[in-house]
Amino acid sequence: MEMVVVAPPAPGRLEDLRRRFFATPLQAVVSLACLTIMVFLLWKLLNWAVFSAVFTISGGPEACQAAAGACWSVIAARWRIIFFGLYPYEEQWRSALACVAVVVMTVLSCIPAFWTGRRIALIWGAGTGLFYMLMKGGVLGLAHVGEEAWGGLALTLFIFVTTCLIGFPLAICLALLRRSELPWISRTTGLIIDGVRSLPLISILFTFAVVLPFALPQWLQGDKLYRVILGSALFFSAYQAEIVRGGMQGVATGQEEAAMALGMRYWQRISRILLPQAMRNAMPATINQFVISFKETSLVVIVGFFEILASGNAAYGTGEWRFAYVEVYAFIAFIYFIFVFSLSRYGAFLERRMSVSER
Amino acid sequence: MVSPLRNQKVRNALLQVLYVGSIAAMVLAGVVIARRNLADQGITSGFDFLFKSTGWDVNFSLLPATANDPYWWYFLIGIINTLFLGSVGLILATIVGTIVGLARTSSNDLARLLGRTYVDIFRNIPLILQVFFWYAIITHLPTPRSAHEAWGFLLTSRGLYIPFPNVGSAAFAAATVAVIAAILLPAWLGRTSRLAQPIGQRRTIQFAAAAAALVCAAIILAIGRLPDTPLLDFPALQGLNLRGGLRIPPEFATLAIAIAIYGGSYIAEIVRGGFKAVGTGQVEAALSLGLSPWRVFTLVRLPLALRAMLPILANQYVWLMKATTMGIAVGFTDFFMIVALTINHSGQTLEAIGILMAGFLAINLSLAAVFNRINKAIALKSNQLRS
Repeated sequence: MEMVVVAPPAPGRLEDLRRRFFATPLQAVVSLACLTIMVFLLWKLLNWAVFSAVFTISGGPEACQAAAGACWSVIAARWRIIFFGLYPYEEQWRSALACVAVVVMTVLSCIPAFWTGRRIALIWGAGTGLFYMLMKGGVLGLAHVGEEAWGGLALTLFIFVTTCLIGFPLAICLALLRRSELPWISRTTGLIIDGVRSLPLISILFTFAVVLPFALPQWLQGDKLYRVILGSALFFSAYQAEIVRGGMQGVATGQEEAAMALGMRYWQRISRILLPQAMRNAMPATINQFVISFKETSLVVIVGFFEILASGNAAYGTGEWRFAYVEVYAFIAFIYFIFVFSLSRYGAFLERRMSVSER
Repeated sequence: MVSPLRNQKVRNALLQVLYVGSIAAMVLAGVVIARRNLADQGITSGFDFLFKSTGWDVNFSLLPATANDPYWWYFLIGIINTLFLGSVGLILATIVGTIVGLARTSSNDLARLLGRTYVDIFRNIPLILQVFFWYAIITHLPTPRSAHEAWGFLLTSRGLYIPFPNVGSAAFAAATVAVIAAILLPAWLGRTSRLAQPIGQRRTIQFAAAAAALVCAAIILAIGRLPDTPLLDFPALQGLNLRGGLRIPPEFATLAIAIAIYGGSYIAEIVRGGFKAVGTGQVEAALSLGLSPWRVFTLVRLPLALRAMLPILANQYVWLMKATTMGIAVGFTDFFMIVALTINHSGQTLEAIGILMAGFLAINLSLAAVFNRINKAIALKSNQLRS
C-alpha cells in the first residue's frame, strides 16, 4: 500500500508572527518590551538626527541653537579640520589622496590572491611609500609639509599603518625567538613580551614620547611622532607575537621534520613551510588584532598628537560651535565605526570561510 | 686543528650570550645616559624622593590627602583609586554584559537583534572616544542651581549627587564588607565539599548565613549612624552650592560609565560564547529529566557556561583594569596619572616608571592568581562541556 504524506499547510503570516514572538506569555512580554525599547530609541534618534536637525550652514550657529535636533552644520563648517587637521589649506587634496591610498592598500591586502609574503610586502611598502610621499612632499614639485603639520584622519591612518608595518615583522621575529631551542634566548624574549603585555598602552606611549629622550643619545632621539609609532609598534608586536606563536603551534611537527628530511636549511623551513601554515592558522586572530590596534591608535591623543580625536575636539572647542559637541563626537564615532566594523565583518567572514574549508 | 666555532654547543652558547648581552647593554646604556642627563638638570637619582612632600593635590581620593603628604602616600592613593575605579567598572560592565549577552542567546528574535545592535555599536568605537563623549555630556549638564532632579538624585556639571545614609565612613566601610559577605557566603557554603547535608537543608543554611550577614550590616549602620540626623541624607541646594548626599565627581562617573558600556559589549560576547559552548545534549538531558526551563538554566546551562567563560573573562578583566589609565584624558587621579604628575614635578623619571611597571605587574599578577584559584576550584574533572 502506498503511503501519501501530506505536508501540513504552510502557516499564514499572522500565525508565523504569533509562533515567533508570542508563543508563550513570557515570550510575548519580552517581545513587547524589546519592541517598545526599539521603537522609542529609533524614534528619538531619528527625530534628533534627521527630522529636527539642521543640515545647512547658511543659518550659522544661531539657527542650530534655535532648533531642537542635531546641528550637522558644524560638520559642514568644520569637516576640513576634522579630516586634515592643520595641514595647509590649498594642499589638503594631497592629504585626502593619501587617505584613499591607505584604504586601497587595505582593501587590496584583503583579497586572497595577494596573500603571499612578497605581494603583501610589496603592496604595503608601495602604499605606505605613496602615502608618505603625498603627505610630506618635497619631490615631484609638491611643496614640503613637515610632520608637525599633519593631522586629522591622515595622521590616524599614518600611525596605524606604520605601526603595523613595523610591528608585523617584529612580531614574527619575537615569535621565532620565543620558540628558539636555546633557553636563554626564548626566556629573555618571553620576559620582554610578557612585560610589554602587562603594561597599559598609554604608559608605553607616554614612556616613548616623554621619558625615552632622557635615555637616548642625541643622534638617536628622532621625531616624537616616530618614537610614539615605535612604542605602539612594540605593543602591537608583543600581542601579535603570541598570536603568531599560537599559529605555529598549530602546525603539525611532521611538516618541519619532513622539511628537515628534505635537507632544507633553517630559513627555508621557516619561510617556506612553517610561516605560511602558521599565518593561515593565525588569520582570524590577526585581523582581530588589527581591529584592536586601529581603535587603540586613538590613544596617541593623550601624548599630544593632533589626530582625528584631537582635531574633533578643536572643531567644536573654539568659539561659536561650542554647544555642538555631540554632533562632532557622533561624526568621529561614525568614521571609526565604518573602518572598524567593516574590518571586523571581514574577519568574521574569513573565519567562516576557513572553518568550511577545514572540514 | 678544529676551530671552536664549528662546535654546535660553543656556537649556541655564544649566540645566547650575544643576544642577552646586547639587550642588557642597551638597557644599561639607557639607564647610564638617563642618569647623566638627569644629573645635569640637578636631579639626584634614588628613591629618597618618596618621603618628600608632593606639593600638589589630587582631585579624588578614598584616603585623606593633602599637598603635604609624601610621594609614597600618593602612589598608594593612586593604586587604590585605580583598583576602586576598576572594580566599580568591572562590576557595572559585568552586569551590562550579562544582560546583553543573555539577550543575544535568547530565543526571541527581537531581543537578539537589540543585543546585537548594542554590541556592534559600542565595540566598534574606541574607548577613549567614548570617554571624551561622556565627559563632554556630563560637564555640559546644568549648574547646581538648575540641576536635573529625579528621586533625590541630582545631575549637575559638578558631579552626580546621590542620597547617602548618614553614617560615619568607618561604619559604612564595615557595612559594605558585611553586604559583600552576604552575597559571597551562600555561594561559598553551596560547595558540596563544605557542607555534607543534602541540597534542601544546605539551602536553609545558605539563607541563614546571608540573613545573618545582612543583620550584621544593619546593626553596624545603626550604631555608626550620626546622631540627630535623618536616615538618608538628600542633596539639596544651599546658597550657591549643593550640600549633603554623596558627590560622585564627573571624572569618576565618566570613566565608570564608559568602562561599563564598552566593557559590557565585550563581556556580552564572552557570555554568549560561554552559553554556546554548553552542549545541546546536556540541556536536552536536563529537559528530559523533567526540569523546568528555569532550573535547566540555573542548574545546567549557567554553571557550565560559567566554567567556559571564566578564563576569557579573566583576560578581559585584566584589560579593563589597564583601561582605567584613560583617566588621564579627563583628569582622574589614577595610578598612571600620579606617576605622570610625579615625573613632571619631581623629575624622578626612571624611578617613577619603575614604580609604574611594578604596580601594574602586581595588579595583573594578583588578578591572574585570583582567577586561577577560582578556575581551579570550579573546574570540571572531565570534559563535560561537550555534548
